[in-house]
Amino acid sequence: MLDRHEFLEKRGLVLTVAILIVVAIGGIVEIAPLFYLESTIEKVKGVRPYTPLELAGRNIYVREGCYVCHSQMVRPLRDEVERYGHYSLAAESMYDHPFQWGSKRSGPDLARVGGKYSDAWHKQHLIDPRSVVPESIMPPYAFLEGKVMEAEDAEGWLKANRAVGVPYTDEMIENAASDFSTQTDPFADDYDGFVARYPNAVVRDFDGDPRHVTEMDALIAYLQVLGTMVDFETYEPEENYR
Amino acid sequence: MYETLAKFAQTWGLLLFVLAFVLVLIYALNPRNKKKFDEAKRIPLEDEEDGNGGKRD
Amino acid sequence: MTSVTPRTATATTGGGDIPFIAAALGVGLLLALFVAARAADPLMSAHAFIFAAAFVGGGFALVHHVSSGAKADPTAYEFGVVKAGVFASVFWGLAGFLVGVVIAAQLAFPNIFYFPELGWTNFGRLRPLHTSAVIFAFGGNVLIATSFYVVQRTSRAKLWGGLAPWFVFWGYQLFIVIAATGYLMGVTQSREYAEPEWYADLWLTLVWVVYLLVFLGTILKRKEPHIYVANWFYLAFIVTIAMLHIVNNLAIPVSLTGVKSYSLFAGVQDALTQWWYGHNAVGFFLTAGFLAIMYYFIPKQADRPVYSYRLSIIHFWALIFIYIWAGPHHLHYTALPEWAQTLGMTFSIMLWMPSWGGMINGLMTLSGAWDKLRTDPVLRMMVVSVAFYGMSTFEGPLMSVRAVNSLSHYTDWTIGHVHSGALGWVGYISFGALYCLTPWLWKRKSLYSNQLVEWHFWISTIGILLYITSMWVSGIMQGLMWRAYDAFGFLEYSFVETVEAMHPYYIIRMSGGLLFLTGALIMAYNLWRTAKGDVREKEFAASPALAPAE
Repeated sequence: MLDRHEFLEKRGLVLTVAILIVVAIGGIVEIAPLFYLESTIEKVKGVRPYTPLELAGRNIYVREGCYVCHSQMVRPLRDEVERYGHYSLAAESMYDHPFQWGSKRSGPDLARVGGKYSDAWHKQHLIDPRSVVPESIMPPYAFLEGKVMEAEDAEGWLKANRAVGVPYTDEMIENAASDFSTQTDPFADDYDGFVARYPNAVVRDFDGDPRHVTEMDALIAYLQVLGTMVDFETYEPEENYR
Repeated sequence: MYETLAKFAQTWGLLLFVLAFVLVLIYALNPRNKKKFDEAKRIPLEDEEDGNGGKRD
Repeated sequence: MTSVTPRTATATTGGGDIPFIAAALGVGLLLALFVAARAADPLMSAHAFIFAAAFVGGGFALVHHVSSGAKADPTAYEFGVVKAGVFASVFWGLAGFLVGVVIAAQLAFPNIFYFPELGWTNFGRLRPLHTSAVIFAFGGNVLIATSFYVVQRTSRAKLWGGLAPWFVFWGYQLFIVIAATGYLMGVTQSREYAEPEWYADLWLTLVWVVYLLVFLGTILKRKEPHIYVANWFYLAFIVTIAMLHIVNNLAIPVSLTGVKSYSLFAGVQDALTQWWYGHNAVGFFLTAGFLAIMYYFIPKQADRPVYSYRLSIIHFWALIFIYIWAGPHHLHYTALPEWAQTLGMTFSIMLWMPSWGGMINGLMTLSGAWDKLRTDPVLRMMVVSVAFYGMSTFEGPLMSVRAVNSLSHYTDWTIGHVHSGALGWVGYISFGALYCLTPWLWKRKSLYSNQLVEWHFWISTIGILLYITSMWVSGIMQGLMWRAYDAFGFLEYSFVETVEAMHPYYIIRMSGGLLFLTGALIMAYNLWRTAKGDVREKEFAASPALAPAE
């Protein structure tokens, strides 16, 4: 009688452990292999860590919840490839902490928006979306304009990203604050150093206001780099069939 | 690597899960447990005579 | 029933834990003030002050508790915290539904409901506020309150842990406030349904562990040989949410005194981790937890035992095992490897079986008593909720098929699907539980008015139907427009043309949401009058048959 009672007392714990085991299996089988199956992420050339300014823009993209209406994942379907460009590769988001693939397109996909519109268009569109696209339902982001950013913050972002696995070098971290400003100024002293650290990064004044680096600069810099890193002229999908 | 894992999942993994499901079926359908379950299903209905919560006496 | 005296030894609320709680509050307060003073950004400073204020409030409550000399009666159930949960559920429910209507209005009338000078009211910030308010604030409070009620009743034991249940309640409200104010200020991880930043996640982890201890502790000291099946579902909900929450929120903060963090995983691995979490927030928060409500409140209100206890056991194990695999169907045709997509799709289709097993079990509990649906609007609400559960768990597997998903994904069809589950299933089973709990807890013979329940039921039902049908139409239409080609082989529509086509459906959706909110307001009034002890005299004098089936 006593033993039986003891077993019953413990059964709540037995049930808890049984539940934990049963619900752990699915995640382990599905997620764990993604970390060590080499075929998960394609081998491509050109994907580099974000520049400090692009990363700042990405922080704003996250902060404003852009992902709730814009995906960054072109599916390999005929209409999507024609509408947006080459389907997205896993390699293109390998430095995205967290990923921004999204789940809903209240607005269009942004995975390859980089280079499609001018900086001036983006600026006007962000300030008042309906002034350039009358049917748009996007919120206005006029407050990004003139909101000056602190270059000193950039070092912390790069360090945290390195801690989670993005290959930022010591040199990149040391120069984070100066690179942050350099990207908006083609005549900056360290232009060559910056471009060497971040190959193919675009250097220009994104928001048309050369006096400050603003949130508008950062967000446009981020939007303009989206989907532009991989050179699809040299990409061979056959090598990456999974 | 992928082939090894896939092979394991499609043979032993499948067997294991089917086995676990059969065990649940045996536990649930075993006639010896019927009385226990019949008692258990009445738990919500028999906790109080007044049936409207509050302090037990 | 024979009366049972609980063991007083395990139900201690005596003086022993008071100094410990006071010390913990003091340490928390110091830490919060330290962070507030040294904060790396003003957002963290604001949140640290909210934490500090909460700890001070906790201190006052503790002093009041001690000085009032209230001796916990070890023979009584702890229902105070359940009453607080009922109140919080209604409050957060109304808030969450209201924000939902606001953001629906923004999409329908962007020129009216966006304010350029008020950036924090933009859709991108309010949408997480809506989803978190309805799922975690409303749904979470319903789950905590009902679980505390059900586990005591079916274990015939007082809640374990003295003041710990109150810590769970207030700690959870604090988490909600931190999360909600964070969204408005732009503090977010951008992980859908897991947006709160690292420090809020740590706080929730603490609250959740105490929740598990309270629930498990109560089960361990139960007076009933068997653990009733509703408690299995509650336990699975608590344990699994703990696992999902911890793994999905792994991140490195930029500074220990700043809000910003970067997730541990990137890209494809991060995506699957997130949707493993996201889908099982549906599976274990919005399904398992509310199935527990179904397994207690429907039998109780119908005064009949559950249809098949055997089925409930098979239902339970099959559901929790299969659900956890279904996440990858959120990532069909993405850069996620195809083998993972296929696994997710396969398990999603299999999930149909246990889901309908549960639905049949809930519905058939009424067999032989179907007439009660006519006379008892509360029971009808819960039964309709199970019907919605059946509908959305049929639609879900369908949408998880890759070919269907290629059309439905990224469109409003998903939104419609979610809301048939959220408004129909989660909403109605919660309303039913609240309509049951209020007279039980405040010891009233009946609700204030059954006719108001009828009004609530019909207004909300029309609202739900408007919502989901408009989203079906707009979703399928948008999906088809995206892939339409003209006679020359070009894409027929630009993206913005598909947005323009959505406009009428967004207005219908907003109206549906407004009706649902109206229904909830009627409920709030009815519950408030019930708790006050009022009865709508003429209604009950005229038709005594409408009395609840107690």
